[in-house]
Amino acid sequence: MDTAEKFDDKTPRSDTPASQSEGEQAMENSTRYPEQTIGSPYVDNAKMSMRDVDVFYGDKQAIHGVSLDIGKNEVVALIGPSGCGKSTFLRCLNRMNDTIDICQVKGSLHLEDQDLYDPKLDVVELRARVGMVFQKPNPFPKSIYDNVAYGPRIHGLANKKYDLDEIVETSLQKAGLWNEVKDRLHSPGTGLSGGQQQRLCIARTIAVSPEVVLMDEPCSALDPIATAKIEELIAELSESYTIAIVTHSMQQAARVSNRTAYFHLGRLVEMNDTETVFTKPEHDLTEAYITGRFG
Amino acid sequence: MQTGNLLLLLVVMIAGAYYMGHRRSFALARPLGGIRHLHSLPFYYAMRTAIWCAIPALVVLGAWLIFDDTLIRVTVMDSLPADSQPVDASSANLLLNQIGNVASGAIAASEVSPAVAAAAEKLNSLRSLNRMALAVVVIVVAMLGAAWGWLKISPQMRARQQVEKVLQTLFMLSATIAILTTVGILMSVMFESVRFFGKVPATDFLFGLQWSPQTALRADQVASEGAFGAIPLFMGTLLISAIALLVAVPVGLMSAIYLAEYAPPKVRSFAKPALEVLAGVPTVVYGFFAALTVAPVIRQLGESIGLDVASESALAAGLVMGVMIIPFVSSLADDVITAVPQALRDASLGLGATRSETIKKVIFPAALPGIMGGILLAASRAIGETMIVVMAAGLAANLTVNPLEAVTTVTVQIVTLLTGDQEFDSAKTLAAFALGLMLFITTLLLNVVALHIVKKYREQYD
Ligand SMILES: Nc1ncnc2c1ncn2[C@@H]1O[C@H](COP(=O)(O)OP(=O)(O)O)[C@@H](O)[C@H]1O
Ligand SMILES: [Mg+2]
Repeated sequence: MDTAEKFDDKTPRSDTPASQSEGEQAMENSTRYPEQTIGSPYVDNAKMSMRDVDVFYGDKQAIHGVSLDIGKNEVVALIGPSGCGKSTFLRCLNRMNDTIDICQVKGSLHLEDQDLYDPKLDVVELRARVGMVFQKPNPFPKSIYDNVAYGPRIHGLANKKYDLDEIVETSLQKAGLWNEVKDRLHSPGTGLSGGQQQRLCIARTIAVSPEVVLMDEPCSALDPIATAKIEELIAELSESYTIAIVTHSMQQAARVSNRTAYFHLGRLVEMNDTETVFTKPEHDLTEAYITGRFG
Repeated sequence: MQTGNLLLLLVVMIAGAYYMGHRRSFALARPLGGIRHLHSLPFYYAMRTAIWCAIPALVVLGAWLIFDDTLIRVTVMDSLPADSQPVDASSANLLLNQIGNVASGAIAASEVSPAVAAAAEKLNSLRSLNRMALAVVVIVVAMLGAAWGWLKISPQMRARQQVEKVLQTLFMLSATIAILTTVGILMSVMFESVRFFGKVPATDFLFGLQWSPQTALRADQVASEGAFGAIPLFMGTLLISAIALLVAVPVGLMSAIYLAEYAPPKVRSFAKPALEVLAGVPTVVYGFFAALTVAPVIRQLGESIGLDVASESALAAGLVMGVMIIPFVSSLADDVITAVPQALRDASLGLGATRSETIKKVIFPAALPGIMGGILLAASRAIGETMIVVMAAGLAANLTVNPLEAVTTVTVQIVTLLTGDQEFDSAKTLAAFALGLMLFITTLLLNVVALHIVKKYREQYD
């Protein structure tokens, strides 16, 4: 595939900003960071490919030259200590960072052949293809039905009430919530329990039939039982969707993901099969993190 | 001694009491090994002494000042010989005034009867005696209080709790004063309204379609009975408020949305206070702006398209009033829109909604109750507004919904009823109180509803 070839060149870009950060990079590289991401960040059947992504908040750089692929129907877990840039990176993938004025993204990011940061691209369309589930369940203060129907209505996916009903029902079913809420579709979504709310948010996201679902610590506000349900759900969803999930829990990454990427201070240190990362981490930093020495 | 001087002396004494209390608490603490062996800090002992000095003295002073005048008057009147005793209350008042004038030297003693002159002299001597006695009593009470407070200081005494208690009571009294004032105003308005409804039936007032409060000044004048139908006034108020809200609600909401959702922080930090200045412009300035600038423009515009516009029109007043209440809507709406959690915005944007879709479908509905509260507050402000209407809308009590005609409002009529020389118990003046009562009830209801809505909304996200 010729997009893959386009990205074969893995040498760092010459346009990395400010010489001062190059010096900093050199020093850090010699002490802690690998020259390049360890492991295999690239795959053959990439759904999304990111190359040399730098993200800045004003003058502060939060992501340093991260390159990785997310394969089709794959679950990729992003792990790493707090503040290492996992959320920032994830939010680049559907351009949610656009909502932060000071945030600047450089590098090349593609969804299949589509350049995400192409000025001609319609973000509305992009976000219909790449959906997002947030850390805290954030249902709209509307009915359960209206929550799920929100996206389809915006994108004009249903012409008739009947079609919309169908979309709502299948989305809720896929999110494993249908049986719990089918009798109260018109009561407020905010009245559900935390775990149900998060599954409602997942239903809402998949109601627009995205190709990729991004999840930013989707279980961090939930109790263990609700977490288990969501993890089950992720496994089911991975049959039809490509998923990138940020998580704080190593067990969760181990349970739900095919590949795991370890971030450290804005750099992608190591990325490999989940099993390899957790059983034979190559880099000291990865090992330290997964054995719980920091994080 | 003059009361003012007495108060000044009292302040000095209180300061002295504070100082003495402070000294004594330190003196008591020293043999024990420092102030940490006292129950409270020296400040509290000192405050307690000062309070003991101040409060009894002030209470005595206040009570004395309330009653002394009446007592002196009664004594003076009693001292008059039986043949010059007044026959009724109003002549007693006249006589008292006369005595007072003689006493103060405004009328020469030679011009009045010897009995009155004697009474005036008695009044003067009683007054100076009274002042002396007052000064002595207050000073003695203050000294006794201070001494008592000073003597009671001991390391075990719980001065802190006592001082806190006094302060708490003080705060409570202040709050009570504000509430009592409101109740007092309401009572007086109600009382006069009841008198009005004794002269004019309530149904005539509430449902009458004609307002012409002019009554005959003299019995021989041919004049109308006076009609007190309040409907035209309330219609006028409603018309002008409606025009004002038609201006203020869209403009206020849209500027709030701009400020909260689109404006860069720099613009926002400048524009928000600038908008709020609108609420601070004195209404009389708006009034002449409406009357001298807006009204003629409207009139010309109307004439150019063949409409007949009165020189004073509801439209001019309403438009300008609308500008005035923009900040009531925009400021509150901005607050509630900003309070909508970022998570909801993210959710909507993440689903591919545009910014304006997000505003329309998520933010606006979530903020709606708060926005309604802001609109109701603006409405109650519009209903109570007087100055703009007096200057721009006129005095004619036309029952009309045509904004190009002159109308009048409840507040304007209250002003016109009560200004000028009036007999105070005519139906005409009393009508003002009935109108005031109606207005009070209306705005009170609006405010209660508005505050309730705003409060309910606040609870949603906290
Ligand atoms: N809106 C923002 N403005 C400025 N800096 C930010 C913002 N969001 C995140 N950052 C910074 O970017 C870095 C990465 O943050 P984040 O992506 O949230 O980390 P993680 O999700 O891995 O905990 C942190 O240093 C954080 O302070
Ligand atoms: Mg995060």
